[in-house]
This record gives sequence, structure tokens and C-alpha cells, in this order.
Amino acid sequence: MTRLALENVTVHIGGRSIVDAVSLDIGAGEFIGLLGPNGAGKSTLLRAIMQEIAHDGAIHLDGRPVSQLTEAERARLLAYLPQNRSVAWPVSVAEIVALGRLPHARPFQRPTAADEAAVAHAMALMDITALSARRATELSGSETARMLIARVLAQETPIIIADEPAAALDPSHQIALVETFAAIADSGRTVIASLHELPLAARWCRRIILISDGKIVADGQPLEVVTTKNLSMTYGIEAMLTSDEHGLIVAPTGLTSKRP
Amino acid sequence: MTAPIRYPVLIALLSVLVAVLFAASLLTGPAAVGFLDSLTALVTGDRTDAVVLVMREIRLPRAILGAMIGATLGLSGAALQGYLRNPLAEPGLLGISASAALGAVLAIYTGLVLVAPLALPVFALAAAVIAVIVVRMLAGPRSDAATLILAGVAVTSFAGAMTSLALNLSPNPFAALEIVFWMLGSLADRSMTHVWLTAPFMLAGWAMIAVLGRALDALTLGEATARSLGIRLDRVQALAVFGTAVSVGAATSIAGAIGFVGLVVPHLMRPLVGARPSRLLLASALSGAAMLLAADIAVRLISPTSDLKLGVLTALVGAPFFLWLIVKTRRSLL
Repeated sequence: MTRLALENVTVHIGGRSIVDAVSLDIGAGEFIGLLGPNGAGKSTLLRAIMQEIAHDGAIHLDGRPVSQLTEAERARLLAYLPQNRSVAWPVSVAEIVALGRLPHARPFQRPTAADEAAVAHAMALMDITALSARRATELSGSETARMLIARVLAQETPIIIADEPAAALDPSHQIALVETFAAIADSGRTVIASLHELPLAARWCRRIILISDGKIVADGQPLEVVTTKNLSMTYGIEAMLTSDEHGLIVAPTGLTSKRP
Repeated sequence: MTAPIRYPVLIALLSVLVAVLFAASLLTGPAAVGFLDSLTALVTGDRTDAVVLVMREIRLPRAILGAMIGATLGLSGAALQGYLRNPLAEPGLLGISASAALGAVLAIYTGLVLVAPLALPVFALAAAVIAVIVVRMLAGPRSDAATLILAGVAVTSFAGAMTSLALNLSPNPFAALEIVFWMLGSLADRSMTHVWLTAPFMLAGWAMIAVLGRALDALTLGEATARSLGIRLDRVQALAVFGTAVSVGAATSIAGAIGFVGLVVPHLMRPLVGARPSRLLLASALSGAAMLLAADIAVRLISPTSDLKLGVLTALVGAPFFLWLIVKTRRSLL
């Protein structure tokens, strides 16, 4: 059980507050969609949690400041999918996914059966088992994205932080992705994913955090957060909202006549 | 990429190749010594004095230095390409070779080398280490790859300018000629003293680079991902940069600037190890040793009398070869 707590997290870049006094309490077993328009500060907030960027305020994991964890400890608690999707060398897809096991292995140790099982499972979830011997630099955008998500899944951390994991995926792979994340949340782990795919987030995430201009606009269940008023205020869009027994259905219909 | 050959097999084959070339290097030279004679002389010392002297004091250090310097260039080239995620990286990129050359030139220019011959390698090594300290200071503690390369380019340019200045102001043409010849790179007339002086530095550099395998693998996905996998990039940078500085500085201090081995060898090995940076290290070290031993044998066979410089040969063969490599892999690179 891992609890992530942010208190007044603020990130200044070039005199501007990209993230402005964000406080959050994230428990185990949550699947959180981080929403907000371009430039709202989603990626910066995730990077602050990963200690990739200097910030004010406090970030605690189970009561311990994240900044005081060793790199190795942090890597066993937090897995991170950054937006940068570049792969430097034409290594095999299976070897890329297996990088997720690094935090669990001692130097020069051969992969254990558990490592191999985790890699195989992650590749199956992301539908890339058939690609395992392919060169990682020769994949399509969607295949690359799924390979990198599988790498994150193979790390098997209590918390997964993913920056736009659904980008470049077709609808079926997008749904497979959020169902995977939902299942991970059901098993007591936590997923925090920034998403631009409103219909996907609204229907599958258990909790939505909507940010704009670095501040939290709304935080709660999709029904409470994804409202026509909030969408108009933050994204400047109109949308039709309805719901069925599985959850919310969102269909953007156009721009709000006066953008915020 | 699935490697076309199993990694342990590749390492075994390369090891055999290095051993064969090492033996061949011992048997190459102007002194007419028979195969068995030379080996018994080397091992037992139980031969006429001249043969023992030739084997132990001339050919053995030359072969040892050829293997070690080649391994250093291959290993550090592979480490730097992996660390900087740049296929054009080579040991000279961080200003190490240029600065080592400057140190050596200063030793020649000031005439210190006439008083104490070992001043040359000592100056060269010291200059290489100072250079990377400057590079790291210029680039800053949490620097990324691009900043480090820029700082390296700056230091390289400055060291090159100072070397040119020394040539320009050279007190007599002989000093200038000596400087130029030294910079061309050679393994001729090196002694066991050179081996004892520089081997510890090369071994220390190898040790620093050898532990980087995991980090280099993780860096395949960029610095943010590597950090999230628990890699301490500040430590990785220190090890990669100082490991290269100490080993390449020592190598350059003995042999002068030997180009293209550090650049070409990792490219040659990359397809054979499935491009994995950690596996590239040992393969490149062995293959670098083999390449430099072969080049040093070739230098002696091609022109036994006129002292063709080793660095000239590696550049002469290396540059077109590199071009061919680029053309061959253009499709996968672009």
C-alpha cells in the first residue's frame, strides 16, 4: 500500500508558475486521469513527482519525502513513462521491455524467472508479444508507445506515472490500455496518467484531476469533474454528456464561442 | 535486433583473434628471429642476449601496448556512444585526445622531454585529466549529453589552438617535426617502462567503464527513463567521463593520437551484439585490441624501414571504411 501526498507543490519556470500550489492525496488502488488543456502543467506536475524538475512544496511517499529516497528505492515504488518516446539503439523489443526489471536486479545478475514472467506478461497486455524480436527503432508510433508502456508495466511498481500513454494508440489499443490500468488499480496499485482523450478518461478513470494554468480546477469522480461547465471553462469546448451502466459518455461537439 | 551470433561465442572468437594477433605482433619485426626461438626467448629468457632483448624489451611492450591501447579506444568509444546516445561520439569528442596531445607537445616544446623522457606521458595524461575536469565544470553538474559535447568541442578547439601555437613558435624545425611526428601516433620504440607507467591508468579507466553496462542499457530510452529506473546519472557521467579520460589519456600519452578506432569499432560490433550498449563494451574492447594490433603489424610489414605512422594508417583505412559503413546502414540510420 503506497500513499502519494503532494502539498503545495509549485514549479516556477522562467518566472512563471507552471504548477501552482497543487496539493493532492492519492491512495492505493486509484486510477487517476490527469486532464487539462495544453500547457496546463500536467507533464510538469508529473515530472515534479518524478524529481525531474526542481519544485517548492512537499511530495511524500508513505510519509517519506520522495527527494530523500535513493534512486533505487524510488525505482521500486514509481514507474514513469515520459513523453519522450525516442529509442537510441536498434535493440530488440523484448530487451527494451526487460529494462523495466533493472530496479529489481543486482548488477550483472541474470534475469530470474520472475523477471521473465513479468516481461512476458507486460508484453501480452500491450499486445506486442509478436514483436518481441523486432528492432525497437523500426516500430510504428503505436507499437513504440505500447512497447514503452509494457516497459513501465514490467517494472511492477505500486505507482505508475504515465505522461500521455494513450497518444498514438488506435481506439482498441486505447481501450485495452485503460482496462489494463483499471485492472492494475483493482489489484491495489495506483496509476496516474495524463490524458487528452476525454471520452476515455471520463469512462474508465476512477478519479479525474482537472488542472488549468497550473491549478487544480476540479478533483473527484468523473461525474463530478467532467461537466459541461468545467469543459467549457478549461478546454473551451462544448460537449454532449450522457451515461450508461458502465460510466460516463463524453462527445465533444464544438468550441465554446468565447474561449476562456 | 536479434544478434546474428550468440554473445558468448562472439566474445570467445574475438578473444582468440586478439591472442593470435598478439602472437603475430610478437613475431613481426626487422630482427630475423625464428618462430620457436623468439617464443622460447620470451618465455624462458634462455637464449642469446640479443634475441631476449629484442623480444622482451622491444616487441613485448609494443604488443602489450597495442592490445591495451586498442582495447581502451574501443571500450571508451562504445561507452561514450552509449552514454551520449550519439553514434558519432568517440574518445576525442570530450577534448581528451586533443588535450593529451597538447600536454605531450608542451613536454617536447619546453625541451623537458630531453631531460626526462617520461615527462611526455606524464604531461599528456595530466593534460587529459585536467581537460575533462574543465569539460565537466563547463557543462555543469546536472548536464545533459548535448551540453557535455559542446563543452568538449570548446576544450578540443582550445587545445588544438594551443598546439598550433606551440608549433608556430617552435624554437627550431626539429622540435616542430618531433611534435608533428608524435601527433601522428605510433607504437614504435616503446619500452616496458611505458607499459608500467600507463597500464595502471588504463586498467583503472576500464574498471570505471565496465560497471556502466546497466546504465548504458537504460539510457537507450533517454535520461528521464534511465533516472526512473534507478540509474544515478551524475555518477554515470563521472564514471564515463573520467574512465575515458584516464584510459584514453594514458593511451594517447604513449601512442599519440590514433584516430577512428574508437569511432569505427563500436559501429562494427553493434550489429553483432544486437545493438545492446552493455554487450557492446567488452566486444568493442576486444575488437579494438584486435584492430590496433593488426594495424601495428601492417605498419611494420608495409614499410619496415620508413616508419609509417600507426595513426596515419588507422585514419587512412578507417575513414573510407566508416564511409562505407554509413552508406551500408544509411537506411536504418535515417
